[in-house]
Amino acid sequence: MAAIEKRFTLEVPSSTENLAMIRDFVKRIGHQTGMDEQGVSNLELAVDEACANVIEHAYGHDISKEVIIRAVCDEQAVRISVIDMGQGFDAAAMAPESIETLIHERKSGGLGIRLIKALMDEVSYEIRPGQKNELHMIKRLKS
Amino acid sequence: MKPFPGGIDVSNPFSIEVGSVDGYTVIRLSGYVDAYTAPDFEAAVQAEVSSGRKRLIVDCEKLSYISSAGLGVFMSFIEEVREAGGDIKICGLQPKVRHTFEILGFHEIFDIVGNETEARARFTNA
Repeated sequence: MAAIEKRFTLEVPSSTENLAMIRDFVKRIGHQTGMDEQGVSNLELAVDEACANVIEHAYGHDISKEVIIRAVCDEQAVRISVIDMGQGFDAAAMAPESIETLIHERKSGGLGIRLIKALMDEVSYEIRPGQKNELHMIKRLKS
Repeated sequence: MKPFPGGIDVSNPFSIEVGSVDGYTVIRLSGYVDAYTAPDFEAAVQAEVSSGRKRLIVDCEKLSYISSAGLGVFMSFIEEVREAGGDIKICGLQPKVRHTFEILGFHEIFDIVGNETEARARFTNA
Protein backbone atom coordinates (compact mmCIF):
# COMPACT_ATOMS: atom_id res chain seq x y z
CA MET A 1 0.00 0.00 0.00
CA ALA A 2 1.32 3.45 -0.88
CA ALA A 3 2.34 5.68 2.02
CA ILE A 4 -0.10 8.45 2.84
CA GLU A 5 1.33 11.78 1.76
CA LYS A 6 0.23 15.12 3.20
CA ARG A 7 0.88 18.36 1.37
CA PHE A 8 0.86 21.88 2.81
CA THR A 9 1.57 25.24 1.16
CA LEU A 10 2.03 28.71 2.63
CA GLU A 11 2.45 31.78 0.45
CA VAL A 12 3.39 35.03 2.17
CA PRO A 13 4.53 38.52 1.16
CA SER A 14 8.30 38.85 1.18
CA SER A 15 8.82 40.60 4.52
CA THR A 16 10.77 39.55 7.58
CA GLU A 17 7.62 40.41 9.57
CA ASN A 18 6.21 37.15 8.25
CA LEU A 19 9.00 34.91 9.51
CA ALA A 20 7.14 34.26 12.78
CA MET A 21 4.10 33.14 10.79
CA ILE A 22 6.29 30.88 8.64
CA ARG A 23 7.85 29.32 11.75
CA ASP A 24 4.39 28.74 13.20
CA PHE A 25 3.34 26.97 9.99
CA VAL A 26 6.43 24.78 10.04
CA LYS A 27 6.06 24.04 13.74
CA ARG A 28 2.52 22.74 13.21
CA ILE A 29 3.69 20.50 10.38
CA GLY A 30 6.55 19.20 12.51
CA HIS A 31 4.18 18.33 15.33
CA GLN A 32 1.88 16.48 12.92
CA THR A 33 4.75 14.21 11.90
CA GLY A 34 5.43 13.24 15.50
CA MET A 35 8.92 14.74 15.60
CA ASP A 36 10.35 15.48 19.03
CA GLU A 37 10.63 19.09 20.21
CA GLN A 38 14.25 19.50 19.16
CA GLY A 39 13.43 18.11 15.72
CA VAL A 40 10.57 20.57 15.33
CA SER A 41 12.84 23.42 16.48
CA ASN A 42 15.49 22.40 13.96
CA LEU A 43 12.93 22.36 11.14
CA GLU A 44 11.63 25.80 12.17
CA LEU A 45 15.12 27.28 12.19
CA ALA A 46 16.15 25.77 8.84
CA VAL A 47 13.04 27.07 7.07
CA ASP A 48 13.33 30.48 8.77
CA GLU A 49 16.91 30.77 7.49
CA ALA A 50 15.92 29.75 3.97
CA CYS A 51 13.04 32.24 3.86
CA ALA A 52 15.11 35.07 5.40
CA ASN A 53 17.67 34.54 2.64
CA VAL A 54 14.96 34.81 -0.01
CA ILE A 55 13.41 37.93 1.57
CA GLU A 56 16.73 39.72 2.03
CA HIS A 57 18.82 38.53 -0.91
CA ALA A 58 16.62 37.12 -3.68
CA TYR A 59 13.94 39.80 -3.31
CA GLY A 60 15.88 42.60 -1.59
CA HIS A 61 13.01 43.23 0.88
CA ASP A 62 10.49 43.85 -1.93
CA ILE A 63 7.20 43.19 -0.12
CA SER A 64 5.28 42.96 -3.42
CA LYS A 65 7.00 39.60 -4.04
CA GLU A 66 5.95 36.31 -2.52
CA VAL A 67 7.74 33.52 -0.75
CA ILE A 68 6.24 30.07 -1.15
CA ILE A 69 6.83 27.28 1.36
CA ARG A 70 5.72 23.81 0.32
CA ALA A 71 5.87 20.82 2.61
CA VAL A 72 5.26 17.19 1.76
CA CYS A 73 5.21 14.70 4.62
CA ASP A 74 4.92 10.95 4.74
CA GLU A 75 6.03 8.32 7.21
CA GLN A 76 9.63 8.55 6.08
CA ALA A 77 10.40 12.23 5.80
CA VAL A 78 9.39 15.86 5.73
CA ARG A 79 10.33 17.53 2.44
CA ILE A 80 10.22 21.29 2.42
CA SER A 81 10.78 23.55 -0.56
CA VAL A 82 11.22 27.30 -0.36
CA ILE A 83 10.39 28.89 -3.70
CA ASP A 84 11.00 32.38 -5.04
CA MET A 85 11.04 34.13 -8.40
CA GLY A 86 13.90 36.49 -7.57
CA GLN A 87 17.58 36.70 -8.26
CA GLY A 88 18.90 33.30 -7.30
CA PHE A 89 22.24 32.84 -5.67
CA ASP A 90 24.31 29.71 -5.58
CA ALA A 91 24.62 29.11 -1.88
CA ALA A 92 26.35 25.80 -2.55
CA ALA A 93 29.24 27.69 -4.13
CA MET A 94 29.82 29.87 -1.05
CA ALA A 95 33.20 29.24 0.54
CA PRO A 96 32.75 27.86 4.05
CA GLU A 97 34.81 30.42 5.96
CA SER A 98 35.50 29.88 9.64
CA ILE A 99 33.48 31.83 12.20
CA GLU A 100 36.72 33.49 13.33
CA THR A 101 37.37 34.72 9.79
CA LEU A 102 33.83 36.04 9.45
CA ILE A 103 34.16 37.91 12.75
CA HIS A 104 37.49 39.38 11.75
CA GLU A 105 36.16 40.51 8.40
CA ARG A 106 33.00 41.88 10.03
CA LYS A 107 30.87 39.57 7.94
CA SER A 108 27.97 37.45 9.06
CA GLY A 109 26.88 36.18 5.64
CA GLY A 110 26.62 32.47 5.10
CA LEU A 111 25.57 31.60 8.65
CA GLY A 112 22.05 30.75 7.54
CA ILE A 113 23.19 28.29 4.88
CA ARG A 114 25.58 26.74 7.37
CA LEU A 115 22.71 26.20 9.81
CA ILE A 116 20.42 24.76 7.13
CA LYS A 117 23.05 22.21 6.09
CA ALA A 118 23.72 21.26 9.71
CA LEU A 119 20.04 20.88 10.59
CA MET A 120 18.66 19.05 7.55
CA ASP A 121 19.58 15.65 6.13
CA GLU A 122 19.59 16.72 2.48
CA VAL A 123 19.76 20.16 0.88
CA SER A 124 19.64 20.89 -2.84
CA TYR A 125 18.97 23.85 -5.13
CA GLU A 126 17.35 24.50 -8.47
CA ILE A 127 18.30 27.98 -9.62
CA ARG A 128 16.82 29.82 -12.59
CA PRO A 129 17.48 33.49 -11.74
CA GLY A 130 14.52 35.78 -12.33
CA GLN A 131 12.28 32.81 -13.12
CA LYS A 132 12.09 30.32 -10.29
CA ASN A 133 14.51 29.27 -7.59
CA GLU A 134 13.85 26.37 -5.29
CA LEU A 135 15.66 25.27 -2.17
CA HIS A 136 14.75 21.71 -1.26
CA MET A 137 15.34 20.40 2.24
CA ILE A 138 14.67 16.92 3.54
CA LYS A 139 14.46 15.80 7.15
CA ARG A 140 14.11 12.06 7.56
CA LEU A 141 11.87 10.82 10.33
CA LYS A 142 12.97 8.19 12.78
CA SER A 143 11.13 4.97 12.10
CA MET B 1 7.76 45.38 22.56
CA LYS B 2 7.61 44.49 18.88
CA PRO B 3 4.16 43.01 18.27
CA PHE B 4 3.54 40.10 16.00
CA PRO B 5 1.98 41.49 12.81
CA GLY B 6 -1.57 40.79 11.81
CA GLY B 7 -2.92 40.34 15.31
CA ILE B 8 -1.98 36.68 15.47
CA ASP B 9 -1.30 35.59 19.00
CA VAL B 10 2.28 34.64 19.59
CA SER B 11 2.97 33.63 23.16
CA ASN B 12 6.38 35.21 23.39
CA PRO B 13 6.97 38.25 21.16
CA PHE B 14 10.23 40.18 21.10
CA SER B 15 11.32 42.76 23.63
CA ILE B 16 14.63 44.18 24.76
CA GLU B 17 15.67 45.93 27.98
CA VAL B 18 18.95 47.69 28.48
CA GLY B 19 20.30 48.73 31.86
CA SER B 20 23.63 49.77 33.32
CA VAL B 21 24.67 48.82 36.84
CA ASP B 22 28.11 49.05 38.46
CA GLY B 23 29.85 49.61 35.14
CA TYR B 24 28.17 46.69 33.38
CA THR B 25 25.60 46.99 30.65
CA VAL B 26 22.97 44.29 30.80
CA ILE B 27 20.90 43.68 27.67
CA ARG B 28 17.92 41.44 28.39
CA LEU B 29 16.34 39.75 25.39
CA SER B 30 12.85 38.25 25.47
CA GLY B 31 10.92 36.30 22.88
CA TYR B 32 12.43 35.73 19.48
CA VAL B 33 15.36 37.31 17.67
CA ASP B 34 15.04 36.70 13.94
CA ALA B 35 15.68 38.78 10.82
CA TYR B 36 12.69 40.97 11.76
CA THR B 37 13.75 41.79 15.31
CA ALA B 38 17.56 41.51 15.04
CA PRO B 39 17.91 45.16 13.83
CA ASP B 40 16.47 46.32 17.18
CA PHE B 41 18.99 44.15 19.03
CA GLU B 42 21.79 45.47 16.84
CA ALA B 43 20.75 49.09 17.44
CA ALA B 44 20.76 48.50 21.22
CA VAL B 45 24.27 47.00 21.18
CA GLN B 46 25.49 49.70 18.79
CA ALA B 47 24.22 52.45 21.12
CA GLU B 48 26.10 50.93 24.07
CA VAL B 49 29.33 50.36 22.15
CA SER B 50 29.18 53.88 20.66
CA SER B 51 28.83 55.26 24.20
CA GLY B 52 32.09 53.58 25.10
CA ARG B 53 30.57 50.78 27.18
CA LYS B 54 32.65 47.68 26.81
CA ARG B 55 31.49 45.34 29.56
CA LEU B 56 28.32 43.94 28.06
CA ILE B 57 26.19 41.10 29.38
CA VAL B 58 23.46 39.73 27.14
CA ASP B 59 20.91 37.94 29.32
CA CYS B 60 19.04 35.36 27.24
CA GLU B 61 17.00 33.79 30.03
CA LYS B 62 13.72 34.82 28.39
CA LEU B 63 14.94 34.34 24.83
CA SER B 64 12.95 31.53 23.22
CA TYR B 65 14.42 31.58 19.71
CA ILE B 66 17.37 32.97 17.79
CA SER B 67 18.27 32.69 14.12
CA SER B 68 21.49 33.59 12.32
CA ALA B 69 20.35 37.23 12.11
CA GLY B 70 20.61 37.44 15.90
CA LEU B 71 23.86 35.50 16.05
CA GLY B 72 25.27 37.89 13.47
CA VAL B 73 24.79 40.76 15.94
CA PHE B 74 27.11 39.08 18.45
CA MET B 75 29.62 38.50 15.65
CA SER B 76 29.50 42.10 14.47
CA PHE B 77 30.58 43.60 17.78
CA ILE B 78 32.74 41.05 19.57
CA GLU B 79 36.04 41.99 17.98
CA GLU B 80 35.57 45.73 18.47
CA VAL B 81 34.57 45.27 22.11
CA ARG B 82 37.46 42.91 22.85
CA GLU B 83 39.94 45.21 21.14
CA ALA B 84 38.75 47.95 23.50
CA GLY B 85 39.55 45.68 26.45
CA GLY B 86 36.00 44.55 27.11
CA ASP B 87 33.84 41.57 26.25
CA ILE B 88 30.31 40.44 25.51
CA LYS B 89 29.28 37.75 28.00
CA ILE B 90 26.23 35.67 27.17
CA CYS B 91 24.14 34.12 29.95
CA GLY B 92 20.89 32.27 30.62
CA LEU B 93 20.63 30.34 27.36
CA GLN B 94 17.68 27.97 27.18
CA PRO B 95 18.59 24.51 25.80
CA LYS B 96 16.95 25.11 22.41
CA VAL B 97 18.75 28.42 21.95
CA ARG B 98 22.04 27.00 23.24
CA HIS B 99 21.77 24.30 20.58
CA THR B 100 21.74 26.98 17.86
CA PHE B 101 24.82 28.66 19.34
CA GLU B 102 26.60 25.33 19.50
CA ILE B 103 25.86 24.26 15.92
CA LEU B 104 27.87 27.25 14.73
CA GLY B 105 30.63 26.81 17.32
CA PHE B 106 29.81 30.04 19.14
CA HIS B 107 30.46 28.37 22.50
CA GLU B 108 34.15 28.19 21.53
CA ILE B 109 34.38 31.89 20.70
CA PHE B 110 32.02 33.55 23.18
CA ASP B 111 32.10 33.37 26.95
CA ILE B 112 28.77 31.71 27.74
CA VAL B 113 27.82 31.33 31.41
CA GLY B 114 24.79 30.32 33.45
CA ASN B 115 23.53 33.62 34.81
CA GLU B 116 24.19 37.31 35.23
CA THR B 117 26.08 36.89 38.53
CA GLU B 118 28.49 34.46 36.87
CA ALA B 119 28.88 36.83 33.92
CA ARG B 120 29.87 39.69 36.23
CA ALA B 121 32.33 37.42 38.02
CA ARG B 122 33.96 36.57 34.69
CA PHE B 123 34.68 40.25 34.13
CA THR B 124 36.07 40.66 37.63
CA ASN B 125 38.31 37.62 37.31
CA ALA B 126 39.48 38.39 33.79
